[in-house]
Amino acid sequence: MRIGVPAASDAERLVAATPDTVAKLVALGYDVTVEAGAGERASLSDLDYEAAGATIGSAAEAWGADIVTAVEAPSSAQVALLGAGATLIAPLAPQANPALVEDLRAAHVTALALDAVPRLSRAQALDVLSTKSNVSGYRAVIEAAESYGGMFAGQVTAAGKTHPATVFVIGGGVAGLAAIGAAVSLGAQVRAFDVRPEAAEQIESMGATFVTAPEAQQEVSPDGYASPLTEEQQAAAMRLYAREAAGADVVITTALVRGTAPITLTTATVEAMRPGSVVVDLAASGGGNCEATVPGERIVTEGGVTVIGYTDLPGRMPRHTSQLVGTNIVNLLKLMTPGKDGALALDLEDDVIRGMTVAHGGDLLWPPPPITVSVAPAASPAATPATAAPTAGESAAQAAPASAAADAGSAPKPAPKVSGRTVATVASAIALGIALAFADAAFLAAFTVFVLAVVIGYYVISNVSHSLHTPLMSQTNAISGIILIGALLQLGSSDPVVTTLAFLAAAIASINVFGGFLVTYRMLGMFSKGA
Amino acid sequence: MTVASLAAVAYLAAAILFILSLAGLSKQATARRGNLLGMAGMAIAIAATIALALDTSERPWGVTLGLIAAVLAIGATIGTWRARTVEMTQMPELIALLHSFVGAAAVLIGFNSYLTEGHDAMHLIEVFLGVFIGAVTFTGSIVAFLKLSARISGSPLTLPGRHALNLGALVVCGAFMAWFLAAPSIWPLALMTVVALAVGWHLVAAIGGGDMPVVVSMLNSYSGWAAAAAGFMLGNDLLIVTGALVGASGAILSYLMCKAMNRKFLAVILGGFGGESTPASTTADAVGEHRSTSASEVAERLATARSVVIAPGYGMAVAKAQYPVAQLVSRLRERGIEVRFAVHPVAGRLPGHMNVLLAEARVPYDIVLELDEINDDFADTDVVLVIGANDTVNPAALDDPGSPIAGMPVLHVWESRSVVVFKRSMATGYAGVQNPLFFKDNTEMLFGDAKEQVEAILTAVDASDAVPA
Repeated sequence: MRIGVPAASDAERLVAATPDTVAKLVALGYDVTVEAGAGERASLSDLDYEAAGATIGSAAEAWGADIVTAVEAPSSAQVALLGAGATLIAPLAPQANPALVEDLRAAHVTALALDAVPRLSRAQALDVLSTKSNVSGYRAVIEAAESYGGMFAGQVTAAGKTHPATVFVIGGGVAGLAAIGAAVSLGAQVRAFDVRPEAAEQIESMGATFVTAPEAQQEVSPDGYASPLTEEQQAAAMRLYAREAAGADVVITTALVRGTAPITLTTATVEAMRPGSVVVDLAASGGGNCEATVPGERIVTEGGVTVIGYTDLPGRMPRHTSQLVGTNIVNLLKLMTPGKDGALALDLEDDVIRGMTVAHGGDLLWPPPPITVSVAPAASPAATPATAAPTAGESAAQAAPASAAADAGSAPKPAPKVSGRTVATVASAIALGIALAFADAAFLAAFTVFVLAVVIGYYVISNVSHSLHTPLMSQTNAISGIILIGALLQLGSSDPVVTTLAFLAAAIASINVFGGFLVTYRMLGMFSKGA
Repeated sequence: MTVASLAAVAYLAAAILFILSLAGLSKQATARRGNLLGMAGMAIAIAATIALALDTSERPWGVTLGLIAAVLAIGATIGTWRARTVEMTQMPELIALLHSFVGAAAVLIGFNSYLTEGHDAMHLIEVFLGVFIGAVTFTGSIVAFLKLSARISGSPLTLPGRHALNLGALVVCGAFMAWFLAAPSIWPLALMTVVALAVGWHLVAAIGGGDMPVVVSMLNSYSGWAAAAAGFMLGNDLLIVTGALVGASGAILSYLMCKAMNRKFLAVILGGFGGESTPASTTADAVGEHRSTSASEVAERLATARSVVIAPGYGMAVAKAQYPVAQLVSRLRERGIEVRFAVHPVAGRLPGHMNVLLAEARVPYDIVLELDEINDDFADTDVVLVIGANDTVNPAALDDPGSPIAGMPVLHVWESRSVVVFKRSMATGYAGVQNPLFFKDNTEMLFGDAKEQVEAILTAVDASDAVPA
């Protein structure tokens, strides 16, 4: 079968396949037609595509292929180019575009929405939204660094020193974590906050300081999404944002609660920030977390604070974003091409495929039925996934119970297993304890000394360098010659037998003492360090 | 203040000095100080003991003093002589022999303690156990000594039903103990000693030569427990502390060695593994073509390398090749080539044996690296020289789950650009496993005596020096 990769509209820099991913599609048995110039804005030339095994064609040829992969929803003119029975793989925002879905259905197109991938762990490899969030988080830091009139990393130079920039990240989702990672690697001091307490560990693992504010945090959410806060929590969170923003050079806000962007930075908060500070609002597509945000624009407030509300951050890194999105598409096609023979199989029994399919063979398949592992209370019908347009909502609502089930399964940590060995150890320790209780006091004192010495020995010897093991052995040999003192004390006995035995014992033990120490001394003298 | 209380204080000082001594041995920089602290501790302990022995002597004190002087003179003479003359390749034998002395002393002291002190049950048990451990240590170490010095064959002695024999011997000893407690006399003690001596002999005889690092460290541990047992029967805290330190030390070394071979400690101790009789596994058939090379070719390759790693094994010690190897290393380093050694924990016949041999040949210790330190660097290495090592560089340990050495951590020499294996012939190593390394595309074999071959390479390298490139 033939895969078509049409060029995107002028506003979009991305492309649905790169030469790398084309090669993988060819390996799956497909023929690939790339529209001339499709990769131009991502610095990918037609020659590279050809070298990877694609043919270059016109827009009509690309749209007329058996399978069409695109990075944006098609216009109605483009839908008309699709052949009946063709498969379209693109972000479709089916909830927001019922007319488009209806067009596709009427055209007997099999349509798969890339932005409706169910949130199941095995579907992560094809989740385009995650990919874009990740790139956005990274790019947000780059944009902030450009607008911030200073260096992120602290410097100590002959001309004095500068402090590292303080970056405050609100939200520890995919985008937030990516932003934290990028900011940390530029050398900034990064602080971050998320209303979900379970995000703390992930935030700290990326190298940021988690700002703790228990009064502003909610209970562990059952579905992995942040849910709306109570009023007190909301007020506490706002105070925290204001406090942290006032001390920060850069604030990156990523809060999207089910697709809508709650206000985290009020106008007053932005006014209180130092002139020259930067706010990057990753939720601009949902209206913005910052009251000063103008979606799609970069503005400077009267107080000198730059507020960046770009909505095309993934497109600002077209090369890698295309690469990653292209790989998401390859992974989807791998799932749909079990035979690796270039024949697409639409398995509607598969929850992932079913969740993405909006139309097939003239039937409307949107919204998909809930995934049937649900045990949790249904999520609110208005639910939308983070960073998606509000339209992908239903899928999130249906996916939510699935992840809730997964969470419920893993949440209570299983009690540590008590192995048979542990039981045996405890039992023998108890038996030994009881036996010892019957021993006399002198023995108990000696036994105490013995046990403590073993423990000391364990810790002391554990530190010994491997290269010194032979000297260690000869030294312990010499030291175990201490048995000499036992023999010496018996030498004075009036019994000639005892004296004889003691003499023998003392003689050989003293060979140990002298021989062991001296040979160790000789050996250690040989070890020399290189120049 | 009595002599006894003074001695107790001296013993405390000695015990602390011993602990500091072992702590000092943890790093090269402090190792010599550790050695000297141990000597100081021993001197204090012996001085205090002499005072105590004279104070409690049942004979005229002059006689006792004379005996002590004679004993120390004997020990000092023999000990100093051995310490000065022993070859570093013979260290394993010497250490095994010294272990046997501790074991023998423990047996003798145990008998004395029975003869001179009271017969309450606790003391009898202490005597019995002390003599048992001492006797096993004694003969076990003697066999290890004989095997290591090649006075008897290194292959394992596999008597039919040897586990049953050991178990039976233990049961018999238990019976003797019951007898000894019920009716204290010298007989059960003496009979048990004979059985224990046989157990020690048999136990080590069943273990193959390549497992000797474990055996020697295990006997090191036993000698410590024997000293501790003597401390219990004599009521001497210094003996208990010292014995426990040494016992723990040996136990940790045994554990590390077993881990380095991916073997269970018990499996090593029960013996029967390794040696000429072990049937080769089926993978031994999976052979291919090997390519041989010559000393001059290796010299050329070394001259153009940037980074060289040498993986030595017991074969290097056998051929005494460490001296020419050290010369070669210094020659290559003079030319700015990075040369390092990769030492596997069980290379040699003693924990850390290779390090001592290389140190004796004046190889700086900071270029002698451990398995974990160097394993990631092989990919960036131009030439690896494998000298007298086999099982420790066998890729089958990783690739072939059916191999007897599967799971053993090995040096990943095959990841380098080229490997030269110095070997006498295509025979298998200690574990009796064929080594797929020899048939890899980037491996070449250099047959012959390791020492002669290294010397030939050295000559060739020097010759190329004379001719300006």
